[in-house]
Amino acid sequence: MNAPSNIATGTVVDARNLRKHYKNKLALDGTNFHIPTGRIIGLIGPNGAGKTTALKAMLGLIPFEGELSVLGRDPRTQRDDLMRDVCFIADVAVLPRWIKVKEAIEFVAGVHPRFDRAKCERFLAHTQLKPELRVRELSKGMIVQLHLALVMAIDAKLLVLDEPTLGLDILYRKQFYQRLLEDYFDEEKTIIVTTHQVEEIEHILTDVMFIRDGKIVLDAPMEAIGDRYVELLVNGDRTDEARNLKPIDERALPFGKTVMLFDGIEQARLSALGETRTPGLADLFVATMKGTYA
Amino acid sequence: MNAVAETRTHSAAAPHSTHKLKLLLKREFWEHKGGFFWAPLVAGGISLLLTILGIIFGEITARRAMADGKLKFDDGVVINGLDLGALTGRLGPEEMTKLGHGIDLSLFVASSWPFIVLGFVVFFYCLGALYDDRKDRSVLFWKSLPISDRDTVVSKVLSALLVAPILALAASLVTMVGFMLVLSAVVLLHGGNPFTLLWSPGSPLSVVSAFMIGIPVYALWALPTAGWLLLCSAWARSKPFLWAIMIPVFSGIFVSWFDLTRLFNLDSSWYWKHIVGRMLLGTFPGTDLLYQDDFGKGVGDVAGSLHQISAATALHSLAMPELWIGAAAGLAMIFGAIRLRRWRDEG
Repeated sequence: MNAPSNIATGTVVDARNLRKHYKNKLALDGTNFHIPTGRIIGLIGPNGAGKTTALKAMLGLIPFEGELSVLGRDPRTQRDDLMRDVCFIADVAVLPRWIKVKEAIEFVAGVHPRFDRAKCERFLAHTQLKPELRVRELSKGMIVQLHLALVMAIDAKLLVLDEPTLGLDILYRKQFYQRLLEDYFDEEKTIIVTTHQVEEIEHILTDVMFIRDGKIVLDAPMEAIGDRYVELLVNGDRTDEARNLKPIDERALPFGKTVMLFDGIEQARLSALGETRTPGLADLFVATMKGTYA
Repeated sequence: MNAVAETRTHSAAAPHSTHKLKLLLKREFWEHKGGFFWAPLVAGGISLLLTILGIIFGEITARRAMADGKLKFDDGVVINGLDLGALTGRLGPEEMTKLGHGIDLSLFVASSWPFIVLGFVVFFYCLGALYDDRKDRSVLFWKSLPISDRDTVVSKVLSALLVAPILALAASLVTMVGFMLVLSAVVLLHGGNPFTLLWSPGSPLSVVSAFMIGIPVYALWALPTAGWLLLCSAWARSKPFLWAIMIPVFSGIFVSWFDLTRLFNLDSSWYWKHIVGRMLLGTFPGTDLLYQDDFGKGVGDVAGSLHQISAATALHSLAMPELWIGAAAGLAMIFGAIRLRRWRDEG
């Protein structure tokens, strides 16, 4: 049809020097990033770092400055066209409260050329969502189930999820990401997700981007994280020696042990000083964002 | 890898055709079924109920009066029960015409209730149309679908100015039929023939045609009000009602206070009538009649009033430049609402 050329080259989002300021603060400050096809990218940052603003810019919901191409289109001027290939869940439970389950399905089926009604009904078959129920009668978790079923039945190239599971219990959260991986994601699709529950999505991500004060401070595939960062459990007597290698973060454990996080130091050098392992995303996040709220 | 790609092409349905406008209108109807569908019907029902109550009350009073011997006909014959059959025989052609006019007028009054309700429904519908979904954040869901903001806003304008009035018209037709049936029953009870006494002198069809012609006229006339309310609805961060009312009213007070209209050799009442009035009152059907030159002529008698509410008078509104200027202003404001809908950042 009108598939833009650079899908073939595998670029979903290309952002250069994005700038957006609200009344009193800069939300995007010369942000640059590049997202290839077939990845699950976690966009992670503290509150107010510009995550939502970056996503909104990609979805053409806000005006901004800079160059941004999403699936080869400019979201500012070609949004209507873009939305046929992009889908998003922004915030939890934003389905209109008056709508019935069957009306929501009929509506999306009627307006979205890539919506597969049978698929959506299959997703809902084993849930408590009955066609006659209204959204206002559903629990938050059920609303998200419905929204996810609607979105997953759309054969979109890019799916953007902004805090999609905020406020849900762990059963719904686990189910949400499980579903997404098993029934939706494949090598032609790209998913961008933001969340504060870093631990829960870290195993499904292929790439991670940290954003702070409107700038991307880390942009790497998950494999590279393991190569670059090492967490070291330092034995009490080697602490000073380890400190000389300039850890980017350190925290004390009970019984005189210390955990240090190193950036770009060979694992072999560190293993002499204690036990090494690949750091969790959450620890890495905390280390990178130190002093954000200071 | 290959196998995966193949199963995918099989499982992924080919893009199917869409019916965006139809679904957008349906969407509005689903959300506003109460206002669009039930409210006019209920209003018609209430008008019928009041008619029936009035008739019962009248019957009781009449019977009491007869029992007391107070109710007499001109020739002094006291009759037991009102004999309408005998009455019809006495009416000459001129009286029959007058009777017909009377029937039409009461028919009009009875079946206009759904339209009065329509005025309120459309007013508040427009005020909330682009605001409510921003308030409950469901706009983020609507905007995740491939529907342009233009189509969204247009579907809301069409719902307000065509769908809602047509449903109100249907409710008013139902009311009208109900009203005629109730009157027929009363006539029958009194031994009259409803066809000679009601259906033949009255002309329900001309009342219906006046209402039907009224719909496109209404849509054009209400455009500036709908446009203004939609603009406020798309713009306000909170309290769209207050903004929508206060801006025109305070501007009117300001203009009156400083006599600004004098600069254009106009009375300040001109501003209230042609600016404030058109921004706020257009959703009430029939307000265009107030702006016609010969408004109010002959309202004193039944025939004159009927002329005021006839299809011809409704059509006459189309000849007023005010209607077209207002419609253009309305379209401009709707365009503004589309722009705001596109770029308003909820933050």
